[in-house]
Amino acid sequence: MVVFDLYNYWVFILLMMIGLYTVIASPNLVKKIIGLSVLQTAIFLFLISLSKVSGGTVPITGPSAELYSNPLPHALVLTAIVVSVSTMAVALAIIINIKLTYGTIEDDEIRKTEGH
Amino acid sequence: MIDNQLPALIVATPLAASLLMPIFRSAEKPWVLSLLTTWAVFGMTVLLLLQLSDRSQSPDGRAVISYAIGNWMIPWGIELRIDRLNGFVLLVIAMISAIVTFYARLSVAQAVPQHRIPFFYSVWLLFITGLLGVAVSGDIFNVYVMIEISALASYTLVAMGQHENPKALLGSINYLVLGTIGASFFLIGVGYLYSVTGTLNMADLAERLKPLHGNRALITAFAFILVGLSVKMALFPLHGWLPDAHGYAPPIVSALLSGVAIKVAAYVMIRLVFSLLGMEFSFSILPTGPVIWVLSSLAIVIGSYTAIQQTSLKRLLAYSSVAQIGYIAMGLSLANENGLTGSLVHVFNHALMKSGLFLVAGIVSYRLGAADLELMAGLGRKMPFTMSALVAGGLGLIGVPLTSGFVSKWYLVSGAIDRGAMPLALVILLGSILAVMYIWKVLEIVYFRPSLDSARAVTEAPWSLVLPAWILIGASLYFGVDASLPSGLAEHAARFLLEQS
Repeated sequence: MVVFDLYNYWVFILLMMIGLYTVIASPNLVKKIIGLSVLQTAIFLFLISLSKVSGGTVPITGPSAELYSNPLPHALVLTAIVVSVSTMAVALAIIINIKLTYGTIEDDEIRKTEGH
Repeated sequence: MIDNQLPALIVATPLAASLLMPIFRSAEKPWVLSLLTTWAVFGMTVLLLLQLSDRSQSPDGRAVISYAIGNWMIPWGIELRIDRLNGFVLLVIAMISAIVTFYARLSVAQAVPQHRIPFFYSVWLLFITGLLGVAVSGDIFNVYVMIEISALASYTLVAMGQHENPKALLGSINYLVLGTIGASFFLIGVGYLYSVTGTLNMADLAERLKPLHGNRALITAFAFILVGLSVKMALFPLHGWLPDAHGYAPPIVSALLSGVAIKVAAYVMIRLVFSLLGMEFSFSILPTGPVIWVLSSLAIVIGSYTAIQQTSLKRLLAYSSVAQIGYIAMGLSLANENGLTGSLVHVFNHALMKSGLFLVAGIVSYRLGAADLELMAGLGRKMPFTMSALVAGGLGLIGVPLTSGFVSKWYLVSGAIDRGAMPLALVILLGSILAVMYIWKVLEIVYFRPSLDSARAVTEAPWSLVLPAWILIGASLYFGVDASLPSGLAEHAARFLLEQS
C-alpha cells in the first residue's frame, strides 16, 4: 500500500493537528504552549523526513560513501529547535507574569476578571 | 574595503550593541548606545542605497548587491542580497527606528521600571536587528529565522507594557500564540519549497521554480506561506492579535510594530508573490488576486469601522493599522505598476504617519498617564504642538490632498482603474470616508470639548518628545507635497519586480 509507505508524513499531519487542536481548544495557557510545541515538533519531523535517503549513510564524504542522506534539513531543524526553545522560554516568562498579575492561567477566568 | 561589508554590518551592528546592553546599570547609557547604533545603521543604509544607485548606472545595469556570508559560495552559503525592493524597505526600517529611538528616553523611563531599562534597550535593538535581517536576507530559511528573532523580541516588548496596563500581558501571549502558528506555517511552506527544488536561496529558487508551475507541492507551499505571512502582517481576518498587542504595548514599541513590523511581513509577501513565484503562477494559475481583493476590502471597511468605536487613542490607531494593511495588500494584489507602486509608497508613508501618531499617543499618556479619548478633552489648547501633529497625521490617514496619504491612495485608485476594478476604487474612497469619521471623533474631543478638571495642570510635553513626532509627521507632509523621493524609489522597485516576474 503506497499510503502506508508514507507513514512518516501521516504522523506529521496527525501531530500537527493534535498541536493545533490543543492550541485552540484548551483554555489553559500552559497547555496552549504545549500544543504549540507539538505543532513545531511535527514540522521538525516533516523536515527530517525530507532528508531521508533509502539506504543512505551519514553525510561524511569519503571513498565508501556514495549514497548519503541530505544533511541540510538537519541543519535547518537544529536552527528551528533553537527558535522553538526560545519561543517556549518567552511564552513561559509571560505566563509567569500573568499568573502573578491575575492569579490564574485559565484563559476564560482571566477574561472574566477583565470583563470581556 | 569596509563598504563591501555594509550588508552584513547593517545587521551585525545592532546585534552586537544589543548584546552589550546588560553591562549597563544606568538608564541613560543604554539609550545613548541605542541611539548611536540606530543612527549608524541609518547612515550605513543610506551609503548602501547610494552604492546601489551607482551600480544601476554601470554598463551591465544590474542594480543588485550580493554578499556571501563567511565567503561561502552562493547558492550553498547564505546570501545577503540588496536590490531595489528591499533597499527601499531597509530605508523605511532604518529611518523610522532611528527617529523613534531618539524619542525613547523619556517615554521608556516612564513606561518601564528603572532596573529593566538596559534589558528593554537590549530587546529593542534585537527587534530592529530581526527586522533589518528580514530585509537584507536572500535566503528564505534565513528570512524565517529573522522573522522569528524580531517576533520573539516584539512579544517581550509588548509584555513590557504591563507596568502601564496588565492587559499587555494578555495581548502579548495572544500575539505569541498566533505569531508562532503563522511562523510555523511559513516554515512548512519553506520545507515544501525545499523539497521540490533542493535550494533555499531566493534568487536560485525563483529560477528553479519556473518550470514547476502547477506542481501540487508548490501550490501547498504557496498556500502555507501566504497564510503564515497574513498572520504576521495582520491581514483580515487574521488580525485578531494586532489591536491588543499594538494597543497595550509601550508607545515606542507600538510605533515600530505598527509602523514597520507589519510592513516587513508585507514585504516578504511581495517578494514571494512577485520575485519568487512570479506573476503567472500567483495570479494566473492560482486565484490569489480575487482572494486578496475580498480580504483587503473587508480589512479596510471593518478595520476603519471598528476604529470609530474605540475609546482609547492607541486602540483606535491599531484598528486603523488593520485598515491600512488592507490598502497595502490590495495594492499588491492588483499586480500592475500603479497598484504595486501604491502599495510600496503606502508602506513608506504609512510608516511615517502611523509611527508619528503612536508617538503622539505616547506623549498624551506621558502627560495624562493613559491615552483614553475621554481624558483628552480640551487638550488642543493645552498641548498645541502635540495636538497639531495629531491633526496633520490624521489628515494623512484620511488621504487629504497635500498629505502623503493622498499620494499613496492616488496610486492605488489608478491601479484599481487600470485593472478595471471599479469596486476596489470605491472601497478605497469608502475607507477614506470612514477614516474621516474616526479622525473627526478624536479631533472633536481634543478641540471642542471643555477640558477635564484632572487635566488642569497639563502643559506641553518636553521638546525631546514633541520633536521626533513632528519630524515623522512633518516628513509625511513634506512627501505629500514633493513625493519624488518615495514615489521614485517605489516606482523603480515596482518596475523591477514586474520586469523580473
